[in-house]
Amino acid sequence: MSATTRPNTIFKNLNAKVAAIPMIATVLVVFIGCTLWTVVLSFTSSRSLPELTFVGFDQYARLFTTPRWNISAINLGIFGIFTLVFSTVIGFILAALMDQKIRFEGAFRTVFLYPYALSFIVTGLVWQWILTPTFGIQRVVRDLGFETFTFSILNNQRYAIYAIVIAGLWHGTGLVMALMLAGLRGIDEDIWKASRVDGIPIWKTYLFIVIPMMRPVFITTIVLISTGIVRVYDLVVALTGGGPGNASEVPAKYVYEFMFRRANLGQGLAASTIMLTTVLIIVIPWALMEYRGGKQK
Amino acid sequence: MRYSTAFAALAASTILITANNANAADLEVTHWWTAGGEAAAAKVLAESYDKLGGDKWVDGAIAGSGSTATPIIVSRILGGNPMGATQLNTGRDAEDLVKAGLMTDLTEIATKEGWADFIRPSKLFDACKYEGKIYCVPVNIHTEQWMWVNPEAFKAGGVPVPANWQEFVAAGPKLKEKDIIPLATGDAWQVNLIFNDMVSSIGGKDLFLKVYRDKDATAAASPEMTAVFEAYAQARELADPGYVGRSWNEATSLVIGGKASAQIMGDWAQGEFGVAGKIAGKDYDCLLGLGNNPVLNTGGDAFYFPKNENPEVTKAQLKLASMLVSKETQVAFNLAKGSLPIRGDVDLAAANACMKKGIAVLNKLDNVVPSVNQLLSPDSKLEVEDLSKEFFADASMTVEDAQARFVSIIEQAQ
Amino acid sequence: MTAISTLPTEPRGKRPTRTFAPATIMIYGILLVAALYYILPLYVMIVTSLKGMPEIRLGNIFSTPVEITFQPWSTAWTSACTGLYCEGLKVGFWNSVKIMIPSVIVSILIASVNGYALANWRFKGSEIFFSILLFGAFIPYQVMLYPLVIITRELGIFGTLTGIIVIHTIFGMPILTLLFRNYFASLPTELFKAARVDGAGFWRIFFQIMVPLSAPIFVVAVIMQVTGIWNDFLFGVIFAGSKNVPMTVQLNNIVNSTQGVKEYNVNMAATILTGAVPLLVYFFSGKYFVRGIAAGAVKG
Repeated sequence: MSATTRPNTIFKNLNAKVAAIPMIATVLVVFIGCTLWTVVLSFTSSRSLPELTFVGFDQYARLFTTPRWNISAINLGIFGIFTLVFSTVIGFILAALMDQKIRFEGAFRTVFLYPYALSFIVTGLVWQWILTPTFGIQRVVRDLGFETFTFSILNNQRYAIYAIVIAGLWHGTGLVMALMLAGLRGIDEDIWKASRVDGIPIWKTYLFIVIPMMRPVFITTIVLISTGIVRVYDLVVALTGGGPGNASEVPAKYVYEFMFRRANLGQGLAASTIMLTTVLIIVIPWALMEYRGGKQK
Repeated sequence: MRYSTAFAALAASTILITANNANAADLEVTHWWTAGGEAAAAKVLAESYDKLGGDKWVDGAIAGSGSTATPIIVSRILGGNPMGATQLNTGRDAEDLVKAGLMTDLTEIATKEGWADFIRPSKLFDACKYEGKIYCVPVNIHTEQWMWVNPEAFKAGGVPVPANWQEFVAAGPKLKEKDIIPLATGDAWQVNLIFNDMVSSIGGKDLFLKVYRDKDATAAASPEMTAVFEAYAQARELADPGYVGRSWNEATSLVIGGKASAQIMGDWAQGEFGVAGKIAGKDYDCLLGLGNNPVLNTGGDAFYFPKNENPEVTKAQLKLASMLVSKETQVAFNLAKGSLPIRGDVDLAAANACMKKGIAVLNKLDNVVPSVNQLLSPDSKLEVEDLSKEFFADASMTVEDAQARFVSIIEQAQ
Repeated sequence: MTAISTLPTEPRGKRPTRTFAPATIMIYGILLVAALYYILPLYVMIVTSLKGMPEIRLGNIFSTPVEITFQPWSTAWTSACTGLYCEGLKVGFWNSVKIMIPSVIVSILIASVNGYALANWRFKGSEIFFSILLFGAFIPYQVMLYPLVIITRELGIFGTLTGIIVIHTIFGMPILTLLFRNYFASLPTELFKAARVDGAGFWRIFFQIMVPLSAPIFVVAVIMQVTGIWNDFLFGVIFAGSKNVPMTVQLNNIVNSTQGVKEYNVNMAATILTGAVPLLVYFFSGKYFVRGIAAGAVKG
């Protein structure tokens, strides 16, 4: 479709192009423009306001020597790994159980999935209440007679991040379950019949036949969860506020704080560029794989 | 809550009145004065301003401490949707905004009214100057080097009321035995306040200035500083695990109720004692400089006036600026807030025992230092806060490790 | 590319007859335990919000209220304090409604037209833009936050209702466009071709043929956007402006500003109230909600 053979190429399909203007503007200005702006300005010494004094990799050098960032990054790793592993495993097991032609499937699904409808702020506040040592689980168990029982992960800098994991799992596992269930329902019934005829135990069928067949579902789920994990912000704000100390800080909070409170935009932008890079590392291989998969079809 | 209801009514009536008054401006004022005593002080300002006639104070209180409010305020100014006026801590939080020309220049009115002649200490006023021009109005002097103690709680613990930090530390175990929290504190900035207090109270005035003003890394590595970290480690032991997520006024009410024996907090805590009807010197007492070194810093709050396109708003801004430094406002406001007035020429007969102690130090000037807010950039200041809150939360972090990190923060500080 | 409408949602085959086999008991056992974990926080929220403060201090969080009181609910709704104002959560509720309704309408309108153009009227470069758009869904918001503050400032819409609507439209666009594109692509092309032969143009085909056929997908989109926008916190804090603070932000303010004693029952009532809208949407829309989720997972 070169311009020489179709001189009126711009006007061809004009309505569709006009209709797509918001999308084109969003793509060019926001997704490409803003991202490039952020990456470029992350190499400057911008304070409260953007300025073009380039300082090379200084902001990155500082970033990786700042304990708070390192804690944030490690926390994201802990939160990420636990969330990925547990939500995938629990989500799959629940989906597999739900797929056993059980009664009340609708009721169970409603219960597993409702937290996903709630905001992270609500999720954070509820779990804060349940985990408060003076009133929550610790108190309940102590009242039962176990007076030395201690479960105060919110107040303990070593375990605070796991409180975020617990709340995050409560919020998101239902989603994984729903995705997995859709995947399981997509498996051909004949496979089950065949494995039953061959006398293969159910768990083996799942592990060696069904799960490999559901690879695309698993990958999509993992990519979805991962990008959500990198973004985690509201949940931390509501549940722990990043404390005690800096024990449950996460990168998204670091960015916000440096941009608007510490008057060190360059540092905030460097941190957000690292967040972007992390996401790209997850998404690009997936996108390439999808693309190749699409070609094969 | 009483005040807040009155405030809501006030705000509602404001809208009605201004609808008929084309020449007056609604001045939206943002601040984070939301605890009982603070709210009372904000109400004093709002009412006095409205009494001037014409322009109206529209309250834009932001809940939470400065750590929540500052980003919201700054992002609004950066986003070109400025409020009419805003409270910030006197210091360098708005430095870049001033440099970028986003704040109304107050030089003219300041010269006319001769602010420089009566604002004391003059260092406080310096925080508002940039290239010889004036960009903010300090409204009060907050001193942070106080330990508030409840004598009843010490009596219940069977120990004498301490006169200094060392005695307080010694009393700790007995208080704990009686289920009294020796030191009530709260999240992040509150433990950082303890740390900065200790730099001047345990380390002394010279150490404070060397470290924070001169950014002297040798001083930060000195044995004097080690002593500060050791005292801070003791404070870590004296606090209860429930400090996480506690707001400062909750901590104060623990002291008021005798559940805790002491709190290290700025003089605004007095506002809470006042609201609870407690009398200084009788129901509660105060140890200036933790009873060790009576050095006070002169932090506080200041009002900034972001540039506005509407000339009516600019006029209203100047009017508010002038009112904030006036004698009447200074007395009424500071009595409610528990802070000290920025002018030395006002009558503070109503000041209580603790405030008088503060005024005495302040008048002599030898033991007055600028606040950390004035000396360090927001970035460096919060690096110190990151370290101090991490240290406080993590009992396994040693004094040596913490001091090593402190040295590197001071080396790079701006 | 799987069209979401073809996802089977019901198990196939007969219902089991032997209900009391050990394996069955185990299945139900595990499911019930899991269900308990999911239901517990909601239960705790509800019982806490119905207790008086003395009862909360004495009892434990799981015990049922001895004396049921609705006071916390009315306090949360009408007089809980955010800073100096004590007008309750209803302020945030109406702000959220004010933000949500136009944002939902505008974002769906734009995304549906986008999806339609991409599915039926492809033009040079349309697929490239679409790929980048989808990619955009994965970029962390923090990367675009500050430049967006500058852009909205230059447009004069920072801190206004228009500003927050634009922001929600932008960030809802990738997933909604995908949703609509896939749906329109799954409709029989004969319809489209016949209309073309009849001489119908871009907009007429959209409004007279596509939209009437697409009620279910619009429902899915509305559900996704209502819950998504209602639950937003970050954009509300930065872009909505102090006059339009959404409910989630106000909730966080209420819970974190204490004057005197923390009123846990009021906090929990406020929390339930904030969660109520998406929860109701969820309970009443069941299947559509699940479809929306599944759509999110369907790759382009």
